[in-house]
Amino acid sequence: MSAPSVSALSRFRYQLAARDSRRKVKNVLFLSFLVFAAILAITPLIAVFIYALKQGFAGLSLDFFTQLPAPVGESGGGMANALVGTAVLLALGSGLGVPLGIAVGVFLSEFGTGRLASFTRFSVDVLTSVPSIIVGLFAYALIVVPMKHFSAMAGGVALSIVMIPIVARSTEEILKLVPVHVREAGLALGIPRWKMILRILLPGSAGGITTGVMLAVARAAGETAPLLFTAFSNQFWGRGIDQPIASLPVQIYTYAISPFEEWHQQAWTGAFVLIAFVLSLNLLTRLILRKRT
Amino acid sequence: MSSAKETSSRRARGVFGSSRRDAHRGDRRFHWGLRLCALAVIAILGGIFFQLSKQASPVLSKMGLSFFISTEWDPVAESFGAGAFAYGTLVSSFLALLLSVPVSVGVALFLTELAPSRISLAIGFLVEMLAAVPSVVYGLWGIFVLAPWIRVSLGPLLRKFLGFLPLFQGPAYGVGMLAAGLILAIMITPTIASLCREVFRAVPVANREAALALGATRWESISWGVLGSSPSGILGAVVLGLGRALGETMAVTMVIGNRAEIAASLFAPAQTMASVIANEYAEASAEMHLSALAATGLALFLVSIVINTGARAVMRRVASGPKRGKLGTLSKTASIEVRP
Amino acid sequence: MNFKLSRSVITSSVGFLMFVASFGQAARAETLLLNGAGATFPYPLYSKWFSEFKKVESKAEINYQSIGSGGGIRQVMDHTVDFGASDAPMTDAQLAKAKPALLHFPMVMGAVVLTYNLPGLKTDLKLTPEIVSGIFMGKITEWKDAALVAANPGVKFPDEPILVAHRSDGSGTTAIFSDWLAKVSPEWKTKVGAGPALKWPTGLGGKGNEGVTGLIKQSPGSIGYVELIYAKSNHLPVAAVKNRAGEFVVPTAASVTAAATVSLKSIPEDFRASITDAEGKGAYPISGFTYLLIPVSMPKAKQKVMSQFLQWALQNGQTLAEPLGYAPLPKTLVQKALARVALVKAE
Repeated sequence: MSAPSVSALSRFRYQLAARDSRRKVKNVLFLSFLVFAAILAITPLIAVFIYALKQGFAGLSLDFFTQLPAPVGESGGGMANALVGTAVLLALGSGLGVPLGIAVGVFLSEFGTGRLASFTRFSVDVLTSVPSIIVGLFAYALIVVPMKHFSAMAGGVALSIVMIPIVARSTEEILKLVPVHVREAGLALGIPRWKMILRILLPGSAGGITTGVMLAVARAAGETAPLLFTAFSNQFWGRGIDQPIASLPVQIYTYAISPFEEWHQQAWTGAFVLIAFVLSLNLLTRLILRKRT
Repeated sequence: MSSAKETSSRRARGVFGSSRRDAHRGDRRFHWGLRLCALAVIAILGGIFFQLSKQASPVLSKMGLSFFISTEWDPVAESFGAGAFAYGTLVSSFLALLLSVPVSVGVALFLTELAPSRISLAIGFLVEMLAAVPSVVYGLWGIFVLAPWIRVSLGPLLRKFLGFLPLFQGPAYGVGMLAAGLILAIMITPTIASLCREVFRAVPVANREAALALGATRWESISWGVLGSSPSGILGAVVLGLGRALGETMAVTMVIGNRAEIAASLFAPAQTMASVIANEYAEASAEMHLSALAATGLALFLVSIVINTGARAVMRRVASGPKRGKLGTLSKTASIEVRP
Repeated sequence: MNFKLSRSVITSSVGFLMFVASFGQAARAETLLLNGAGATFPYPLYSKWFSEFKKVESKAEINYQSIGSGGGIRQVMDHTVDFGASDAPMTDAQLAKAKPALLHFPMVMGAVVLTYNLPGLKTDLKLTPEIVSGIFMGKITEWKDAALVAANPGVKFPDEPILVAHRSDGSGTTAIFSDWLAKVSPEWKTKVGAGPALKWPTGLGGKGNEGVTGLIKQSPGSIGYVELIYAKSNHLPVAAVKNRAGEFVVPTAASVTAAATVSLKSIPEDFRASITDAEGKGAYPISGFTYLLIPVSMPKAKQKVMSQFLQWALQNGQTLAEPLGYAPLPKTLVQKALARVALVKAE
């Protein structure tokens, strides 16, 4: 073998090695970008949470959960009426939205082939993407104007519109996960379809449906825009569901745009309580789902 | 849900013993009940559309479609056009996509391809929690933390190195288009990341293994085997993220600076379609003003329908097959995770 | 889940809903709830008033929500609230549409102040109407502008551009401010005009008084207009403004009340009057009333509480105003307003 060919071979080998190391560098760069992306993505959550904790924790006290808001210039006071109000609004929203949402989910999953079903599915998808302020305007025109009253009921309706698509889609998806043979086994026993759905399908998926409901509640709990023109607000305890009622997000918003330091403090404490509530609902959902798998 | 008669017959015959004719009648009733509920959902959507159109009609009949192009928004002279808001919505949303897409796709790849399952679970959970924080809280944080940071650090930095571009000229006040783009990027990242994760999970393991068996590096296997086989899924995820950005209200209102003007600089204040409604609907008392705001809402409503329908069509096509159910759920809330 | 279980679920959820529906019913029998909505500017004082009034009249709860002046007018005209509140008086056209007719009751007074962020500045700025309109028209863009230097001898201005901050939402504050500018500057009157929402020639928009205050606090070199109380509670400096008598007046409760006192003659029966650019010494030129809008006829029980409240607020309530940064009404005006309380009739 002649010398030149050896040198050519080694040159080729060098080239290969160089290309390989380029590939390796590229690989390392890319993989570190992925790690960097993951860190970058969770930074805001940690930053938001720490800030709310720092600002809001100082105001946490028993009074915050048990007292009515104090007027300007007086120290103390709490947001008890807003906490109760949010609970009432969520109960009303769930009372209306959850049964309807589950029914629609069952319809889409079990009878989901016709034209009505595909149009319903389209409507549910669209409803999820309607900006919530528009939902508020709609509930205002639908209930407040004819009743001539801001009311907890109107707020509940607005929240239920926010919740329905979430409950419906999660119910549909969870029912679709139930194997066909479960349904067939039920039907083969001669049970009518409606009984099979109500007694076998729904109870069997209760856990999954509950998580969907909880996510919907968590979402509704943080909504401000749909309540501004429906539930309105109230600086006292509510007086029945046909009257205005306070809520946590609206109270935070009102306090945030006020000129007083002590009210800003209350707003941050409220924000902290709201985040804690919403995140723990989400956490609970996760735990339930994890347990099931 | 069952009627009194059903209850009594059930008692008489036991749970599984109803006669066939009863069963048919029960099924029909049940089906009709469900149809009614479905119709109620459609009615809500129709009602929203009807209400918005009714309120929007004065300004639309006066100005026609030029309402959406005109940038004149002068409440004193009662002359209204939503052009500047459409611009603000588009630019802030695209800015958000520009910032969010690389991070979202990166985080999704990290979760599916790289991280050990325990870390993947934890970080995946944290990312999805981002979607759960209420918008008004992001707004507060934007005002008190993000905007000052832009004014003091990011703005001067960008002006120093990229100041030759018209995008980064003029004083950085903190609040403005850039702040809105950043906060939107944070808010849509969980949406896009969760969807992408599901798309990547749906890619058969064989794709990756084939690439690795041929001597590919990790990156090459991901690039050929995973990214290469899911471009339309990523597109669908991105468009759904865009849909979320377009409609976001409270947080944007709090940081965008609220000015109905088209400016080249990202430091300049702007206004989006959603934020102008939040800003002005409560205070507007002139009929034409209210009507103009409703027309803006109508446009926003129709745009989000088009965007979401398009994106879902793409996602459904990608997800056809056994994975369909999973993707459907995720394309909706981007925060439900179901593993059978 | 078996049949019994599902029935207990249904029973308990129905029971729960009934419990929710009955929420507050027990307390309802003996209290009367009045709902009001409107201006944000007097909200702190009103919330104080309503909680103090409840101590006097324990059976009356008055719920007030600050949704903005325009919103207050709209809601009271739509009958969704029992009374409205506004910083700017209603227009004739709006009043003509209101059924039943609405009465304006001035409750307290406020000042729109020019506040700014100029670190290192020791003395308060002096501003003439020409300078203010120049700045807000976008004609005066530098702090070193000759007009500013001339009006403030001895003040060392920074070599910086002026950053203008204004309201992004419609508001009574903007209405009072632009009403004054339209009076003092013909150019402003023709090019921009007056109203609760404007097409601004320049500047940055903040939502609410708080939004504008925040912008100014955070941006060195900025100037903007807010209600007096917002500047005070945020420890921001306020400018003295030249009034028609030619003196530079600092906004205080006294100088605002003076603006009403000197223009008493020109205030009509129904109190719908602008008192900006008031003639006379010691009057702060950018002052205004904030009104409650009360229907002339109300259900009997509500009418009784409403009248009691108006009388209480116009007399006892005035003393609570100044500590919170509001200016009390002049005595003569209080008497005139009290006389009109009798016009609110029971149905």
